Amino acid sequence: MPQPERENYLNKHYGVWSWLLTTDHKRIALLYLISITFFFFIGGFFALLIRLELLTPAGDLVQADTYNKLFTMHGMVMVFFFLIPSIPAVLGNFLVPMMIGAKDLAFPRINLLSWYLYIIGGVMMLHCMLTGGVDTGWTFYAPFSTNFTNTKIVEAGLAIFVAGFSSILTGLNFVVTIHRMRAPGMTWSRLPLFIWAHYATSIIQLLGTPVIAVTIVLVAAERALHLGIFDPKLGGDPLLFQHLFWFYSHPAVYIMILPSMGVVTEIIACFSRKRIFGYSFVAFSSIAIAVFGFLVWAHHMFVAGMSVYAALVFSLLSYAVAVPSAIKVFNWTATLYKGSIRYDAPMLYAFGFIGLFTIGGLTGLFLSALGINVHVTDTYFVVAHFHYIMVGGAVMGYLGGMHFWWPKISGKLYPEGWARLAALIVFIGFNLTFFPQFLLGYMGMPRRYYDYSHMPEFQILNVLSTAGATVLGVGYLLPMLYFLWSMRYGKPAPDNPWNAAGLEWKTPSPPPTFNFDEEPVVTWEAYNYEELDAPNKEEVPVAR
Amino acid sequence: MLIMSDHSKSSPLPTYFAVFIALLIGTGLTVYASGLDLGPFNAPIALAIASIKATLVALFFMHIKGASEKLTKLVVIAALFFLLLLLGLTMTDYATRAWS
Amino acid sequence: MPDSSTATGLHTEAHNPALLHHFAEPQQQRDAASLGMWVFLATEVMFFGGLFCAYLVYRLKYFGDFGAASKTLNVTLGATNTAVLICSSLTVVLAVWAAQSARRTLLIGSLGITMILGLVFLGIKGVEYNDKFVEHHVPGASFSFEKVPTPGHPGQYADPHHAQLFFSLYFVMTGLHALHMIIGLGIFLWLLIMACKGRFTPEWHTPVEIGGLYWHFVDIIWIYLFPLLYLIDRHP
Repeated sequence: MPQPERENYLNKHYGVWSWLLTTDHKRIALLYLISITFFFFIGGFFALLIRLELLTPAGDLVQADTYNKLFTMHGMVMVFFFLIPSIPAVLGNFLVPMMIGAKDLAFPRINLLSWYLYIIGGVMMLHCMLTGGVDTGWTFYAPFSTNFTNTKIVEAGLAIFVAGFSSILTGLNFVVTIHRMRAPGMTWSRLPLFIWAHYATSIIQLLGTPVIAVTIVLVAAERALHLGIFDPKLGGDPLLFQHLFWFYSHPAVYIMILPSMGVVTEIIACFSRKRIFGYSFVAFSSIAIAVFGFLVWAHHMFVAGMSVYAALVFSLLSYAVAVPSAIKVFNWTATLYKGSIRYDAPMLYAFGFIGLFTIGGLTGLFLSALGINVHVTDTYFVVAHFHYIMVGGAVMGYLGGMHFWWPKISGKLYPEGWARLAALIVFIGFNLTFFPQFLLGYMGMPRRYYDYSHMPEFQILNVLSTAGATVLGVGYLLPMLYFLWSMRYGKPAPDNPWNAAGLEWKTPSPPPTFNFDEEPVVTWEAYNYEELDAPNKEEVPVAR
Repeated sequence: MLIMSDHSKSSPLPTYFAVFIALLIGTGLTVYASGLDLGPFNAPIALAIASIKATLVALFFMHIKGASEKLTKLVVIAALFFLLLLLGLTMTDYATRAWS
Repeated sequence: MPDSSTATGLHTEAHNPALLHHFAEPQQQRDAASLGMWVFLATEVMFFGGLFCAYLVYRLKYFGDFGAASKTLNVTLGATNTAVLICSSLTVVLAVWAAQSARRTLLIGSLGITMILGLVFLGIKGVEYNDKFVEHHVPGASFSFEKVPTPGHPGQYADPHHAQLFFSLYFVMTGLHALHMIIGLGIFLWLLIMACKGRFTPEWHTPVEIGGLYWHFVDIIWIYLFPLLYLIDRHP
């Protein structure tokens, strides 16, 4: 480097132990970034094998039991070790303290513990997979998981338990931080909506995860000690397992999507150069999603044997939960209206999010209708629905956020041309992979089947889907490559390359270890883009 | 939040001992009530006594009453609310299965 | 929220060695610790809540069988344990008061007695578990519950399968509670050591307060477990 590097969180201390024993939330965020990227590739690898098997109607690539393990491990790894931590653990850890003007999270050591718990859980899961894996589906329903399967349920369950504890501690840290560590003047109504989104996510993490934790304990107890709580032979009810499982696992999908919505809100505001339309509505919709999300879990059980009257109740509630999400989409749209739109890579991902999340969300309403649900449950329609939200929504939001904040995190600019190309490839690859699956599901192709030779006419759509998955894979690889490239060869980033609003942009890129030289005092509203873009470039009230 | 040597208050000890006695009485009461045939009310009464005891512990031993801010109460209420959601909505299934 | 007049927060006031660098002032640190513990207890409510849900479902479904199984539990021991935990909650709250008012001997004594009471609780639990083991009421291969009359239904016997469900829940719920007690004992041992070293002052005794919150929570769980498990159908 030509000039002496300013001291920042990356170069303040060197050496492996300065990273492994760090309590700096920004370094912990990077530790998470590396770990979840690793698990994303593991989960992606399983996806690749699944798609390869489905190229032909016959089950000819792997055996049936192996295929069961493939979709199980794909699901478990992607849900518990990629999607749930992703944005909160990487972008949330990095940005929450900075956005509120704090030096760190409330409990930095617990933050590090969270990462270690994640790693321990991850290692346990890896070991489980390498020594035989699990074949129950990521949903490990009883009584198959408790009484019949010979695969390593207890080990996988414990891995998820430990990772879940990591998730709980992250949520705890965020809630306490947001309540207690806001800078002077940073009132609740001046908080970036990214913070509101993470607050709502944390509520779900805190109140939902313990229930699946105790469910895992029950399953493990049943397998190890033959207790029989879900065993029909003893009078136990397998549906009770499903109630307890989905009480967490449905809100879990909101853990996966809410942070992404928070990212999209930040990006939309910046690249339309406008305040978010309906700030209060967007803020409260995050809380509403968190609360309503706990009311709808049995919509995963409509055909499992539950009471049809309870099913009616849950169906109605499931319609209600769509409303706050729709409110967000309307407010984003209203923000874009008459905005000064820039099409940088983060914005491309945000646009992709809005379109694909809307499709995914609307198909969720299809599934909430009991009549349709009976027809498409356990088909590829459901698979397409949740991938539109998880991949088309959450992952695109994650990528958009990584691009948006990359200059701040790394101090380097990524190559914009390549980034826009990658965003386009991701979008095309995604739709090519998953849109055919809506059609397949509606036409009756069941999920979790490795052989569809009874309906060979499904092949063409499956081939398209696999082709799309390949394109999507390329789209995901590109950012990995150019982000790494930029760390060495990228242009140094200014403090605020996007001229964005938010306290994090008032620090150098990359920031110093304690974020702010002086505690900021906030006197302006969030998303003050009119002031930032003021023609006479008047100095915006700033802490320093 | 946390009581930090609030010298303006009188000693909290009498309150603590009063709550202690009340908790022991409540325990005896619930054992006694379980021995009576109260029909369908045995369980609700047992739960009511337990809830009063729990409330006493929370209000006076955990210092929710008096010293703490609204946020603590909100956390407690939220936890109870979501617990009741879990129990209540699950029971909508079990209570109505026989209707089909 | 921190006062803006303590802008840097690092050097403006007499530096309390217990103040961590990322907090602006001790009150903020205390409030964060307290909120953190309360939020953690909320997660514990949901953790036990899953078990209470399972218990609720099966108790309502198999009321008679659960009653028969519950009757084999020892109410005297259960009630004694309840009283033991209530006493321990008192000693905990005395410990906090002692820390607040710089009464070091009382603090150490209260913490010690709390631990002793905790051990008494676990000891009685051990006796109960042993009784269940001897009577073949531990779920598993050697479980046996033949010809036990169903309370309130003369002439009927309880279904052994459903009774096994009761005991499964009994062991998981009380076992998890006991695990939390053991963790609590570990926490209090640490508090006791710190207290003996004189680390707690009226200005800073946060660990005692939040350790106390945890202990009270464990007490509250037992306050519910006792009537639910032991007192289902005890009337003649």
